[in-house]
Amino acid sequence: MKRRQKNKLAGLQKRKAISGYLFISPFIVGFLVFMVKPLFQSLYMSFCDVQLGAGTFNPVWRGLFNYNYAFRVDAEYTRLLTEEITRMAIYSVAIMVFSFFVALIINGNFKGRALVRSVFFLPVILASGVMLKLDSENALMAAVAATVEVNAGGTAGITDAIQSILRTTGVGVRAFEQLFEIIDNIYDVAISSGIQIIIFLSGLQTISSSMYEAADIEGCTKWESLWKITFPMVSSLFLVNWIYTVVDFCMRSDNEIIEKITDLMNVNLNYGLASAMSWAYFVLVMAIVGVSSLIISKGVYYYE
Amino acid sequence: MSKKKNAATAKYAGFWERNRQSGGYLLRKTVMGYAVSICRAILLFGLCFLILQPLLNKISVSFMTEQDLYDPIVTSIPLHFTTQNYKLAAGLMEYSTTIIHSLVISLTIAILQVSVSTLVGYGFARFQFPLKKFWFACVMVMVLIPPQVISTSLHLHFRFFDVLGLFKLFTGSTINLKSSVLPYYLMSAGCMGLKNGLYIYMIRQFFRNIPKELEEAAYVDGCGTLKTFIRIMLPDAKPILTSCFLFAFVWQWTDGFYSSMFLGDISLLSIKLKQLPDTFGGYMARISGAASSAGVSVPYSNCMLATGTLMVIVPLIILYLFAQKGFVESLSSTGIKM
Repeated sequence: MKRRQKNKLAGLQKRKAISGYLFISPFIVGFLVFMVKPLFQSLYMSFCDVQLGAGTFNPVWRGLFNYNYAFRVDAEYTRLLTEEITRMAIYSVAIMVFSFFVALIINGNFKGRALVRSVFFLPVILASGVMLKLDSENALMAAVAATVEVNAGGTAGITDAIQSILRTTGVGVRAFEQLFEIIDNIYDVAISSGIQIIIFLSGLQTISSSMYEAADIEGCTKWESLWKITFPMVSSLFLVNWIYTVVDFCMRSDNEIIEKITDLMNVNLNYGLASAMSWAYFVLVMAIVGVSSLIISKGVYYYE
Repeated sequence: MSKKKNAATAKYAGFWERNRQSGGYLLRKTVMGYAVSICRAILLFGLCFLILQPLLNKISVSFMTEQDLYDPIVTSIPLHFTTQNYKLAAGLMEYSTTIIHSLVISLTIAILQVSVSTLVGYGFARFQFPLKKFWFACVMVMVLIPPQVISTSLHLHFRFFDVLGLFKLFTGSTINLKSSVLPYYLMSAGCMGLKNGLYIYMIRQFFRNIPKELEEAAYVDGCGTLKTFIRIMLPDAKPILTSCFLFAFVWQWTDGFYSSMFLGDISLLSIKLKQLPDTFGGYMARISGAASSAGVSVPYSNCMLATGTLMVIVPLIILYLFAQKGFVESLSSTGIKM
């Protein structure tokens, strides 16, 4: 009797497992055909010289030639790589700080909150895909923006004044320069932090207000409760947002490395070199994502 | 009785009276409250302006004549109001046919992506099966791999398309699918489309939060697995499905990468917009009789681009205005956690 029941249970589990597999089967098929196979093929091609013939293509094994070429011969690649990766690191940090800050501000209760939230979310829709690139290339818009800036802020503007003061202090000038660059490009930061703001906001809303009240009664200042309550409670979202930000940055259409690779592929038809370059880029980005999320996950605090 | 009256008077006592009783705390708190909200209002106004300003600029520029663009006095309000730019941009982008193509492609792709992602997300959320962790890790890997890495080989994959060598066996050659829509639909059906992993993740998170009892009750009442999914789970999941659909639609609408890779032969708005400066240059060269497009003024071409961009995003703005809740609220209600 007992054995039969056990058998039946196993049968149910098996049935459920089979239906589970049926449900995810589109993913498995798609993953194998459109991800694993191309991935290995492009890895193989990166070691080859791909010759396109009429109706066929045949890769010829050349070992590390393509990688050698990309890093040591190609004039642009290494420069673009370092530039893009430093830009990615700096901007991702800036986006995280900005979105957390904005989420903190919007979290309060005030009139027009829904409006502000929808304005911040607008770039997710409008500045996606091709728009981002076209916007950054549009010289006329930049000129108009500059005119508005000059008209609004007098001749020099307050930011210039602060910048020149900070520059003359001579302490940490390089760090300041990076900061100035981010501040000058605050628009770029703002338009790419829409989703992150919403995620942080959803995290902030789940913190129960009784925690703050208790802290308030115990004599905790707002600043202290920010670091002792808010920060730990949303720390798991930092990880999610960090990964999302870095990955999003890699796929942006104004990424110069991606442009170079696409050019190589579509114009020069040099598939081998293009694969090698994209693999090198991919491995680097993966390493950065892995190491940084490992560091962040050490600091994550789980409430449950 | 008197106690109650006392409480009532205390409640309606003057502000200064209450302030005196609290030892100045009330005044301090009120002033701080106002100061914080004023600072917040200024800050938020500035940030909102920052985001909206390019859009407003585009609107004002798109109504200017070429003459206004060079006029240093005219910055935001056009002196010679015109709708000529819109007519020209519509003509150059073949707007009426292109928008229909874009609509059809975005709608079908979004529906396909969301329905497949729903199945997969549900499978991951509600079933226990061997290697589940492994497959879910694959979803995460898929989110992380930039499509550019595999783009080279996908290119060749579809250029010389074949299913297990069958076509080669029968017809003697592989099929060139590079200039057809089919590859992209196939990829979407296999969850490998644009940001598909993200939708799977969101939908899985949603289904995980549905109580197990609901499912068990359905099983006890004699519902099969599929019937439970369709009749119990799907109606509940409407908000998250709408929001995934909206994202899929919008991102497909503006996407340049997959579109130019697979759908290059179909005139889509995003592709046409990308080419608009060149098209415009060619047009200007043609009407002025010049040999090349080098002489076209940069501001006018950019003005054209701004107009074109506006025409592409107007449908999205309308969609956003009506379905704003769908975008924002369900995203924050999924409780994204790692």
